[in-house]
Amino acid sequence: MTKEYKTITEIKGPLIFVEKTEPVGYNELVEIRTGGELKRGQVLDTSDEIVVVQVFEGTGGLSKDSAVRFTGDVIKMPLSPAIVGRVLSGSGRPRDGGPEIVPEVMRGIAGAAINPASREKPRAFIQTGISTIDGTNTLVRGQKLPIFSGAGLPHNDVALQIARQAKALGEAESFAVIFCAMGITNEEAQHFLADFERTGALERAVVFLNLADDPAVERILTPRLGLTTAEYLAFDLDMHVLIIYTDMTNYCESLRQMGAAREEVPGRRGYPGYMYTDLAIQYERAGIIRGKKGSITQFPILTMPGDDITHPIPDLSGYITEGQIIVSRELHRKGIYPPIDIRPSLSRLMNSGIGKGHTREDHRAVSDQLYAYYAEGNDLRGLAAIVGKEALSERDKLVLEFADKFEKKFVNQGRDEDRSIFETLQIGWELLADLPESMLTRIDDKYIKQYHPKYAGTAKK
Amino acid sequence: MEVGKVKRVAGPVVQATGLKASMYDLVLVGEEGLMSEVIGISGNKHVIQVYEDTGGVKPGEPVKETGAPLVAQLGPGILTSIYDGIQRPLTKLAEASGDFISRGLFVDGVDHKKKWEFKPVVKKGDTVKAGQTIGEVQEQLLIKHKIMVPPRSKGGTIKEIYSGNFTVDETVAVLEDGTKLNMLQKWPVRQARPTIKKLAPTIPLRTGQRVIDGFFSLAKGGTAAIPGGFGTGKTVMQQTLSKWADVDIVVYVGCGERGNEMADLLHEFPELVDPRTGRPLMERSIVFANTSNMPVAAREASIYTGMTVSEYYRDMGYDVMMTADSTSRWAEAMRELASRLEEMPGEEGYPAYLGARLADFYERAGRADILGGGQGSVSVVGAVSPPGGDFTEPVTQNTLRMVKVFWALDSKLTQRRHFPSINWLDSYSLYDKDLEPWFVENVNPDWNKNKRRAMAILQENAELEEIVMLVGSDALPEDQQITLEVARMIINFWLAQSAMHPVDTFCPYKKQFELLAAILKYRDYAVEALQKGISVEQIKSVPSKDALAKVRLESEYEPVLQKVMAQMDADFKGLK
Repeated sequence: MTKEYKTITEIKGPLIFVEKTEPVGYNELVEIRTGGELKRGQVLDTSDEIVVVQVFEGTGGLSKDSAVRFTGDVIKMPLSPAIVGRVLSGSGRPRDGGPEIVPEVMRGIAGAAINPASREKPRAFIQTGISTIDGTNTLVRGQKLPIFSGAGLPHNDVALQIARQAKALGEAESFAVIFCAMGITNEEAQHFLADFERTGALERAVVFLNLADDPAVERILTPRLGLTTAEYLAFDLDMHVLIIYTDMTNYCESLRQMGAAREEVPGRRGYPGYMYTDLAIQYERAGIIRGKKGSITQFPILTMPGDDITHPIPDLSGYITEGQIIVSRELHRKGIYPPIDIRPSLSRLMNSGIGKGHTREDHRAVSDQLYAYYAEGNDLRGLAAIVGKEALSERDKLVLEFADKFEKKFVNQGRDEDRSIFETLQIGWELLADLPESMLTRIDDKYIKQYHPKYAGTAKK
Repeated sequence: MEVGKVKRVAGPVVQATGLKASMYDLVLVGEEGLMSEVIGISGNKHVIQVYEDTGGVKPGEPVKETGAPLVAQLGPGILTSIYDGIQRPLTKLAEASGDFISRGLFVDGVDHKKKWEFKPVVKKGDTVKAGQTIGEVQEQLLIKHKIMVPPRSKGGTIKEIYSGNFTVDETVAVLEDGTKLNMLQKWPVRQARPTIKKLAPTIPLRTGQRVIDGFFSLAKGGTAAIPGGFGTGKTVMQQTLSKWADVDIVVYVGCGERGNEMADLLHEFPELVDPRTGRPLMERSIVFANTSNMPVAAREASIYTGMTVSEYYRDMGYDVMMTADSTSRWAEAMRELASRLEEMPGEEGYPAYLGARLADFYERAGRADILGGGQGSVSVVGAVSPPGGDFTEPVTQNTLRMVKVFWALDSKLTQRRHFPSINWLDSYSLYDKDLEPWFVENVNPDWNKNKRRAMAILQENAELEEIVMLVGSDALPEDQQITLEVARMIINFWLAQSAMHPVDTFCPYKKQFELLAAILKYRDYAVEALQKGISVEQIKSVPSKDALAKVRLESEYEPVLQKVMAQMDADFKGLK
């Protein structure tokens, strides 16, 4: 039994400063007892003179008399197959009234880096049933693809739909969804849970909930717990894991809060200088390991403050993740769901997951062609607003019309509409069929002959 | 060696007392002996950055000195290796600790057990000096590893020299004064390896890419920067360079990049074939992979480790190309460590010495007279990834101050499927003047003249295009319509180059020159014809013009080009 100290000298925000301790390890787990309550914390800075501890459950109720115990161990997550189906708090305690997790293994949550030489190249197509993702920004297993959104946009619905519908083509495989909520409102959390229950998804999910009124510091723990669970499910139990965390912006705010409390030298917009590395440590825990059956695919959601994509949070995320899905306010206002703007969206691993043997051979060409005319049509909208539609050339009018139809038919779909990749490509072809064949410059003739609705009809006869 | 004590631990930065280590000395922190480096000394306290995760390290744990700074191990067996930022082979790490990298592992940068066949090239009684080659090892089928007297040693007269199979630690030669020489050198990574003198950048580094060689050429030993923004075609560009640049050794430093991207590179690279030799490209490559989630201090060191290995091969007389991807991530590592040290921040939180560090790094590039006699070079291509695509930020600005070539990769060109996606208006090369004599002597006296003419046409084209956007091309005067047409030809027939086409993927200098000269010749004909009152439509539709587009795809292009040019002459003579 390790010693208890009652030598707190200072309590500041989420931090406590403890004096006259035996040597304490960096990152060590700390337990603080006050009244009947037990709080947990982690060592941030340790020296002979003073130890700085961040308290996950907040410092409310702590006083100089509170008893501090250093456990001599780093924070570990208890794991067993029974964790699937549970709802836990942001610091990993049961929140569903169920028993504590009886651990089969305990795992440190810091997350060691996957050896780049042991990684497998991700290339298995995941069908999300959403055309703007499957068709034009394809997700592959092992990818980390964040959703960049803004306040008041339906990113949560998009995330839920993905969680519900995501599947690999072909054989049934064991998979799980991990959902980490960081600082979302109770209402949002209810929405998620209700949906998980409605669709039976909870049976194969692990939920970590840190709500808006839960301590901000706890949020620093939440994704680490989720990812440690993900690694266990993926690499010990051979499951394909999809992990959704929302909202990364709240997580980064917590990092900033901690940095400020420690009086660190701030970086851009007051966020700590190590935020890039910190985010990388979370995001890079996606992937596939050679010789292992499971995989970890990440869907972080972040709301861009002021819809500003150059804000440090989306900016740094974009440099680590393999692309991004952008939820657009403009499309949302037009009543289009899901309001995904494909133009700034990108999936960097798309090429390895599409084409012959993955989806269909014409996928790349169709996607490029849709992109090209949607982008052009959007530019023409600006022009048409100035000179009037009538002043446009015939070709331009066609392209403009194409952009409108593209939004209505390809982008727009139902919240429960689960389109197969072939349906998605079919919609794409139907839209392209409204353009003269000579305009389909990005598509090989042989694909036109094979898939163009015009020829498909004749082929049947 | 002294053993000190940990006083304080905060993230990757540790303070210790009781040490005598010098700045940048390697020390081992804690019971597990985590690899670390001294980065500050104040009073009796040493400030140490740890290359591994410091979780669990306590005050009072020992800190052991090694008496030496972080060194790279240099010897046969480096080629084909895949290392982390502090030169630990990743495959060996995987064997030692499984799929996740754990802490406190020591793995040598070169294999100390493997035997190599050493063939002496000097004999007993010969006098050798520092840097001189005493023997050779066939490291790869086509690459001889030269075993050199270490730089900064005295040299002397060979008393004994052996031939046969040795490990890198075994003695292969003994000097009169008793100095034993083996096949292993250790060199502190933060120090540049010495040369006799740096040479002017007068020899171009041939890449076979028209837009690079013809417009924005890099010199051997030169420095270039590419922006590594989203979807700019950086990866394709790097692969093309690795394949075609006329260098002997390629060193790739993946510094703080994505794990999946590295996995892709590590899978693709061994499959790439060196087009000139038919051997795997990997046989002349060395990869350093320090992904963004690997310890930040090792990321900071990776650039230096890569450079030291590059210099080592330069010292053998080889031409080396080092790609640093990305220097922005490296600078961020510096920023992070500086903030942990509570240093006063400079611009955007970067340390005030950011510019100096970048300069030190790029200054280690160059072509030089090497100690052993002859020349070698290290050329550097550094990727910058400015946050928010903002080129005014400090890393990009400091980099552009140092490098002489900027290849502005342009995502708009990628979207248009124009490759290589180097923007011809924003890019530049400051080696133009230095390289002109070489091109005059070896290719054609008009090399730079034609280049300037073509660039002027493209510049004018860019201005005209803005007008065309407003009024349409028909409203332009006839001579300007010709300019548009010629610019289009330069862009589509010459600047665009297909990496997939077996012939077009590599274009020799002479062919580059003649193709461009042919396009300019068309312009001369066109201007002349205009003066005779021939319409733009007629000029644009001469058949030989379209034939010219295909010449670049011919391997025996000369007779084809002659035929096309003869036809062009006839075409224009026939216009009325």
